[in-house]
Amino acid sequence: MIDKIGIEQFMILSTLMFFIGVYGFLVRKNLITMLMSVELILNAVNINFVAFNKFYYPQNLQGHFFAMFVIAIAATEVAVAIAIIISLYRKIRTIDVEEVDEMKY
Amino acid sequence: MITESYSYTVAIPLVLFFSFLLIGLAGGKLKPIVSGVFGTFFLLVSTVLSYYTAYSYFFVDGKLNGAYQKLIAYDSLWLTFTDKLQIHMGVLLDPISVVMLVVITTVSLMVHIYSLSYMKDETGFSRYYSFLSLFTFSMLGLVMASNIFQIYIFWELVGLSSYLLIGHYYERPSAVAASKKAFIVTRFADMGFLVGILLLSSFTGTFDFLKLTDPNGSALTQGSAISFLGLSVMTWSLLLIFTGAAGKSAMFPLHIWLPDAMEGPTPVSALIHAATMVVAGVYLVARLFTIYVFAAPDALIFIGYIGTFTSLFAAVIACTQTDIKRVLAFSTISQIGLMMGGLGVSGYAGAEGLGYTASMFHLFTHAMFKALLFLCAGAVIHAVHTNELWEMGGLKKFLPVTNIAFLIGCLAIAGIPPLSGFFSKDEILTAAYEKDKILFYVQFLVAGMTAFYMFRLYFGIFWNKERDYHSKPHEAPFTMLFSLIFLSIAAAVSGFIPFSEFVTPDLKPFESHIHWSIAIPAIAIAVIGVTLASVLYRKDSDLPDKISISLGGLYKAAHRKFYIDEIYMFITKNVIFNYISAPIAWFDRNIIDNTMNGIAAITNFISVKIRGFQSGQLQQYAYVMVSGLIIIVLVALYFMNN
Amino acid sequence: MEVVLFYILAGMILIFSVLTVTSRRILRAAVYLLFVLIAAAGLFFVLQFEFLAAVQLTLYAGGIIVLIIFSIMLTSHVSEKLEAPGIKKTAFALIACAAGAIVTISTILNYDFPAYSGGNVDASMKAIGTSLLGYKENGFALPFEVISLLLLAAMLGAIIIAKRKEN
Repeated sequence: MIDKIGIEQFMILSTLMFFIGVYGFLVRKNLITMLMSVELILNAVNINFVAFNKFYYPQNLQGHFFAMFVIAIAATEVAVAIAIIISLYRKIRTIDVEEVDEMKY
Repeated sequence: MITESYSYTVAIPLVLFFSFLLIGLAGGKLKPIVSGVFGTFFLLVSTVLSYYTAYSYFFVDGKLNGAYQKLIAYDSLWLTFTDKLQIHMGVLLDPISVVMLVVITTVSLMVHIYSLSYMKDETGFSRYYSFLSLFTFSMLGLVMASNIFQIYIFWELVGLSSYLLIGHYYERPSAVAASKKAFIVTRFADMGFLVGILLLSSFTGTFDFLKLTDPNGSALTQGSAISFLGLSVMTWSLLLIFTGAAGKSAMFPLHIWLPDAMEGPTPVSALIHAATMVVAGVYLVARLFTIYVFAAPDALIFIGYIGTFTSLFAAVIACTQTDIKRVLAFSTISQIGLMMGGLGVSGYAGAEGLGYTASMFHLFTHAMFKALLFLCAGAVIHAVHTNELWEMGGLKKFLPVTNIAFLIGCLAIAGIPPLSGFFSKDEILTAAYEKDKILFYVQFLVAGMTAFYMFRLYFGIFWNKERDYHSKPHEAPFTMLFSLIFLSIAAAVSGFIPFSEFVTPDLKPFESHIHWSIAIPAIAIAVIGVTLASVLYRKDSDLPDKISISLGGLYKAAHRKFYIDEIYMFITKNVIFNYISAPIAWFDRNIIDNTMNGIAAITNFISVKIRGFQSGQLQQYAYVMVSGLIIIVLVALYFMNN
Repeated sequence: MEVVLFYILAGMILIFSVLTVTSRRILRAAVYLLFVLIAAAGLFFVLQFEFLAAVQLTLYAGGIIVLIIFSIMLTSHVSEKLEAPGIKKTAFALIACAAGAIVTISTILNYDFPAYSGGNVDASMKAIGTSLLGYKENGFALPFEVISLLLLAAMLGAIIIAKRKEN
């Protein structure tokens, strides 16, 4: 049963997933792949929410709903981010994050 | 006592403030004469209200049980700092403020009417009228003030409007210098006034005149016990307040601004520098008279001596000046000195208050005849276009009305009965005689000198030799003559007002009568002065020159106003500028500025060095954020585990 | 059974996550991400949150991945290989992430979690519906509405941002 797994395993899984996402965010130069890294990070958080809900608060569904809202917000975030990326691409014909330094000093 | 029935008096100054705003803001769009008529009209409203106030106060309902009441006609809380420290704005009516209302509005109305033609061809006519309104507003606010803080506010407003009016011809460097001098000197004196107010109110715990001047109140006893350098705190604060009064009223040694203030238009000199503003100091001392007489009699003696000395000093200088307006200016200083002297010798109760009454009486009569003399001088200057006495002469056939008016003014100031100056001066002399003989003899001498220098002026202008005038001098137009005639009548008959029935320090009327044992010698010395002036100046002769040469250094010193201006210049320029201001300026430029510039340079240097962090590289920012977060977590864990 | 399933899914998640962030072909990275999301949905199934798993599959795997693939096609050549990140950058990022992971995992391992309470979650459609639109205790009507407003705003914003400007 589930109690043979233990919450630590879930948390370690989500931690690793989270930091893989962070790594991707830090090294990937393409804006779309950075966006995908962000999705990894959000999913790691989702797993945590759901696991806690399952393990400690089975009488309620808070973790479940939080995970749902995170998914919804991730959807909006992707929509807006892709709009920005496309508009950026249209302007400077690249989506390399290192080329986009208009905001420097 | 608070009363509702006089609450309309608050409109007396406010009408003029409205007039100031109207003419000042819309003046550029109006025809000059229209703004003049507006200003005069508003002043007429205010004059009528003042007369009505005076009538109902003195003759209808001002008295209660045989004594005049101090009425709070209007009161509003303006600023609340703490429960104890509150500043009110109000209207206080008592005999002196009501008398001052009449004086100010009368003289101001005459000056307004007079200026309609005197200033007709000048540029800045609207500006002139708006400032006249501002001045009259602030002067009325000053005399009606119900607390000492309010009086201070209007005191400064009066100083400001005086500055603006002296500098009316602001394209003339001498006028600019004179206005600055007047402002700085009076402002310097006001510093003492402010410190005095703060001392007084912190020890008595109130700004309110009703509480301060209640002879039975607790305000008088507080502060008397604490002493500093041998004088009680009350004496110190009242002396400091007198410093402010001396600055406005041109007492020695703060008199230097008044002769220079004659650079302003002549009607302004008549209004501000003869009849109203310069007596504000006398008014202030009279307003606080109860405190002076009970809590600091030594300060009052000091005032008496300063006033009398100033009157002698100014009279000596007045004998030697040749600019007719300056002679009148020094004469003003001298007469104000007499008023201060009168206050200095006054007591409180009953007939002992004669000096106070006499001083207010002289203030009243002096306002009338000195305004008259200045306006006559204006008419003369208008006719011959010069201020110099020796460029005039023989004008009596060209200016008959002005001649008569000027003669009335001279007789009044010289103290020839039955003109007004005689009565008020007689009371001052009597009060001095009863209190302090030295002051009496000096004032007696001053009375003679007054007659001399005024008739020197009169004969020099209207008799003497006729000069070559560019154009034939002509008599002034009717609006000017109207003011002259009105003021002549006032100067002639105002002496018959029984002032001791109305204005006394303890508010209870007493009987006063002419003291012939003093009056007759006073008339005699005045006649001697007139005769002497007539011998020397009625015909053109070289006798005056011979006398001045034989007096040698004394004449020269008096002619140069005893070098007071030079002493001031020496002190300010050589001592203060070189040894105080210059080092401070050096400190400011080198130390302060360089410190600031250094800080700016360091900031700039650092920012140039560290701006590389703002690379615009998104991932760099994210990296810093992540590693910073990890470090914070580590630190937090470290502290939580310990 | 669940234990085995959990470890299989966890292994899939980790492997495909690493592949997502390291693959130099962008379209492949997107597909790896899809696998990660599907595995996560499987995890939800294991935890008996069937509805959430379904949402994950439809919204994430169905919607977001498609959106990403579209944008890849709009902005990149599919055959193109991304250039590899610099060694210095990779090293620093690795150090930071490894440090973060070690700190977090050690904290997790040192913490004494209470035992599984054993209760069963009622994640039936009925319970979810009642709770999502409930406005009493444990009701999520307000966040639900707020999220719907956010979605609308994001939709408008995305359209306006991506719209081709006149001239």
